[in-house]
Amino acid sequence: MTALALQQYLDFAYIAAVVLFILSLRFLSSPTTARWGVLAGEIGAALAVVATLFNPEVAQYKWVLIPLIIGAGVGIPLGMVHMTAVPQRTALSHAFGALSAAMIGIAEFYVGTAPVTRFQMGEIGLEVIIGSLTFTGSLIAAGKLQEILPQRPIVYRGQNIVSLSVLAAALGLAVALVVNPAHAVLFPIMVVVALIFGVLLVTPIGGADMPTVISLLNSYAGFSAALLGFVLNSKVLVVAGALDGSSGFILSLIMCKAMNRSFTNVMFGAFGQVQTSAVAAKEERVVRSASPEEAAAILLAANKVVIVPGYGMAVAQAQHKVRELYDSLSKKGVEVRFAIHPVAGRMPGHMNVLLAEADIPYDRLIEMDEINGDFPQTDVALIIGANDVTNPAARNDQSSPIFGMPILDVDKAHTVMVIKRSMNPGFAGIDNPLYYLDRTLMLFGDAKQFVGGIVRELGGGH
Amino acid sequence: MPADFISNLYVFILAGFVGFEVIKRVSPLLHTPLMSLTNALDAIVVVAAIIIAGRHETRLTTVLGAIAVAASFSNMVGGFVITDRMLRMFKSGGSKKS
Repeated sequence: MTALALQQYLDFAYIAAVVLFILSLRFLSSPTTARWGVLAGEIGAALAVVATLFNPEVAQYKWVLIPLIIGAGVGIPLGMVHMTAVPQRTALSHAFGALSAAMIGIAEFYVGTAPVTRFQMGEIGLEVIIGSLTFTGSLIAAGKLQEILPQRPIVYRGQNIVSLSVLAAALGLAVALVVNPAHAVLFPIMVVVALIFGVLLVTPIGGADMPTVISLLNSYAGFSAALLGFVLNSKVLVVAGALDGSSGFILSLIMCKAMNRSFTNVMFGAFGQVQTSAVAAKEERVVRSASPEEAAAILLAANKVVIVPGYGMAVAQAQHKVRELYDSLSKKGVEVRFAIHPVAGRMPGHMNVLLAEADIPYDRLIEMDEINGDFPQTDVALIIGANDVTNPAARNDQSSPIFGMPILDVDKAHTVMVIKRSMNPGFAGIDNPLYYLDRTLMLFGDAKQFVGGIVRELGGGH
Repeated sequence: MPADFISNLYVFILAGFVGFEVIKRVSPLLHTPLMSLTNALDAIVVVAAIIIAGRHETRLTTVLGAIAVAASFSNMVGGFVITDRMLRMFKSGGSKKS
């Protein structure tokens, strides 16, 4: 076989891979076909990888096969993590993806095959900057999600000016290299400056904004791969990068909308700052509390129950007890559904995964827009580990820091029950007027134990 | 401006539109598996890494290429494994044994 004919076979393999990738995402539109999507993606990826191993440019296999084995050895355990750890795993994989895109861009700068033109230098510079900042930014995000690093926003005076100056320095070095590609010594400096910018970019962003940040980093990782496709003139990378980049971009838009924030607000206006003032002016108000027995009696008397889970439920490892509650109420003829806010959990869609893991059927998981109209006909709204997404202040208190954020209208249910450790304000530190309503009962205690208590009262969690 | 750039730009813009239309239809129920799946697909940069490492031009580029092969292949393998694990958990009420 001549080299040219072989090259054409390789191109066909890549085209087939691209088609399978698009089908893979298409299958994901419904949970019934979604696993076909994984299969299509796997076949496409395997085809592309195997075809590449036959590329005549691959002169020796030692430094290809050893890293492939290492990659599989790292990847499989990372694919087996617990569902609560999926957000940090995802952030880590954004870091790996960006790392490899940056490494290839850097290697491309140093290969001696062809002199780097100004145009290529511009492409390489931009690609390596985005790859590098996404690498360190994603590592910081993973550290925050894993709680190795503090979750609260780390802010100081003049921060945005410092960060933007560092970015400007990286871009300036890239421009200097375009003007004169012979100044190769500037290249490693540019890489280091871009790595520093990634750290500065994500450090000031607080835990509550992680769903947006992780989506944005997803988008950056995708676009750095697409840019790499431009550098290497590889259409399969351009397509895969464009798909990944647009996916991350769409998810970022959805997350921003769900929190009523803009991109700039997330990136440059740390969420943690406004809140202390909001808590200050509160007088002592009465709350009503109830025991597991009382809660069980109210739930039994209900026809329609909506459970509102938040990340607190997952932290307390209460999802399996919640499933038992769902089972015993369903058996007694009570209709139970789950209301899912788009930012419930630590990444887009996280809460659905946590509940699916606990064997709750997905047709019981209802999105915010769909379920909000049903709350006035709901007998009991049971809130487990969620706070801000149920706060009516977002609807009617213009002075609240979360004013304008779309919320679940739980306050319209006949009875509201909130499982909470204490009256301390939640993650974002904002007081929730929901707790002082006449129709609200506070169920104080650990989510897992309290739900377990209700299940026992209902007479049988199994 | 090189001709390659223009043809790549065509591909990029068209793929971006396809991505937008396809991903818009993904159920919000599956947004977490979506992110891990696109991560695995994006790991196709492994093909570029294999060529850089396999060309064995200089020690530096081989090392950079080898790191890139390991990093992206771990994403590819791990991404497919975890996506499939997640999707296996999504069961409808009908298919549930009682």
